[in-house]
Amino acid sequence: MRGTVIIAAMLLMQAGALCFAGEIPPTERRSGAAFMTPQTQAIQNDDTANPAMLSVLDGEKLWKEKSGAANLACADCHSDPGSMRGVAAHYPAFDTKLGRPVNLEQRINLCRSERQRATPLAYESPELLALTALVARQSRGMPIDAGADPRLAPFVAAGRELFMRRQGQLNLGCSNCHDDNWDKHLAGSAITQAHPTGYPLYRLEWQSIGSLQRRLRNCMAGVRAQAFDYGAPELVELELYLMSRGRGMAMDAPAVRP
Amino acid sequence: MPSALINVPPKAKRGDIIEIKTLMSHIMETGFRHTVTGEAIPRNIITSFSCRYNGVEIFRAELFPAIAANPFLSFFTVAGDSGTLEFNWTGDRGFSETASAPIIVE
Amino acid sequence: MTETEATRRGFLTMAGGMAAVSITPFALTSAQATPDSLAAAIRAVVGGAVVHAGRVKLDVPPLVENGNTVPVTVSVSSPMTDTDFVRSIHLFNEKNPQPNVGNFFIGPRAGRAEVGTRIRLADTQKIVAIARLSDGSFWSVSADVVVTLAACTEEAS
Repeated sequence: MRGTVIIAAMLLMQAGALCFAGEIPPTERRSGAAFMTPQTQAIQNDDTANPAMLSVLDGEKLWKEKSGAANLACADCHSDPGSMRGVAAHYPAFDTKLGRPVNLEQRINLCRSERQRATPLAYESPELLALTALVARQSRGMPIDAGADPRLAPFVAAGRELFMRRQGQLNLGCSNCHDDNWDKHLAGSAITQAHPTGYPLYRLEWQSIGSLQRRLRNCMAGVRAQAFDYGAPELVELELYLMSRGRGMAMDAPAVRP
Repeated sequence: MPSALINVPPKAKRGDIIEIKTLMSHIMETGFRHTVTGEAIPRNIITSFSCRYNGVEIFRAELFPAIAANPFLSFFTVAGDSGTLEFNWTGDRGFSETASAPIIVE
Repeated sequence: MTETEATRRGFLTMAGGMAAVSITPFALTSAQATPDSLAAAIRAVVGGAVVHAGRVKLDVPPLVENGNTVPVTVSVSSPMTDTDFVRSIHLFNEKNPQPNVGNFFIGPRAGRAEVGTRIRLADTQKIVAIARLSDGSFWSVSADVVVTLAACTEEAS
């Protein structure tokens, strides 16, 4: 592992101040999976050993389950989950009616409220994670292509601005770790490049599957900032920026991360 | 109903040593954690797992809270006759789940 | 960071799992395996028998990224015939709240004496694997695992 180990946030802040905040050149981009030990990679790479696949199994059941006043299942409109191939790779996507980007979880809940006429599923509920994991699984291996829609440009820019902005008691921006110090460590953990190729994913720390927004809220808590609520426009914009900076990288959802 | 992932080779030659992998969704709450208000969170784990091959037990495990959430177990057996592998998980709060997988031995 | 703090952080990291649950720091002091309790747990399996070193291999990463899910494989050198085979494999730890990890019962029909699972390690510690053979003998190996502290855990909030 190249780079030195940085064990204190103080040191990191100094390092951040010395480095020019710049984005990672495309040739140096790496998925979070590339930073993991071979043992953790092995858990992800075997579908019958990857615990995130338990959620995909649950998703397959839910996909066929009729729900809401319209008594419709996902399968009634979308047939096989395979029809969702490539969908997760371009989310968050622009929603014409709302005039702004929605992430995959919100898209699923819009389907629930508008098509199925059912109550939306709560963020981080096993059901919403299961359906999201099932849809994301269909894009595995496909290149991320989020953020290409020109209508999304101002929202990508807003997300980028949030990524660069220093926040919290530690006064750190996302960029200070994930652009400037991705080849180093924070305590025992590799600092990765913040390419969300694998969400929703099974984090060993969580001992469960979780969304990108859960991870982003962790990071915000980590710098002692007030995290945005689930579904907040700011978080969706940040998701959108992260996905757009990972454009062209292969999806590996549902992934495993430490 | 909790999900389980079972990996058994669908086909094997008689006498082959085959690997079996199982993953069962379960929180494996240790019983050693407390809430913010100091109340103990009761233990809720899978305590026992077994695998039978055409009715004969070929593997059994006793699990403790140190087994990670969503217990994963891998083990081996010698392919005998075609038939069924049956899996059984039992645990706290009356947890009891079964799964099965066919195997064709040539 | 003092050693005590490191230990506590390690446990917090291990205990993290449900977002809705926060962990009180006294959880660790109220229950922790000790060399004595580890020895007692081993004695409960082997009785008074001599435990030989060797024949058992413990495949575990020397340094783990997260103590919540540590992949472990135990294998025993044995012909696994009807007359010479491994009956059981037992896994123990030194510093979790409880010394037992798992007991795995196999037999000649296993063909190969190898078991894999994923375990929780509350802290940097030793883990011990013991195999009971068909002739009644016990064989053992131990391994030291360094559990690193995860950064930006939910409990940090």
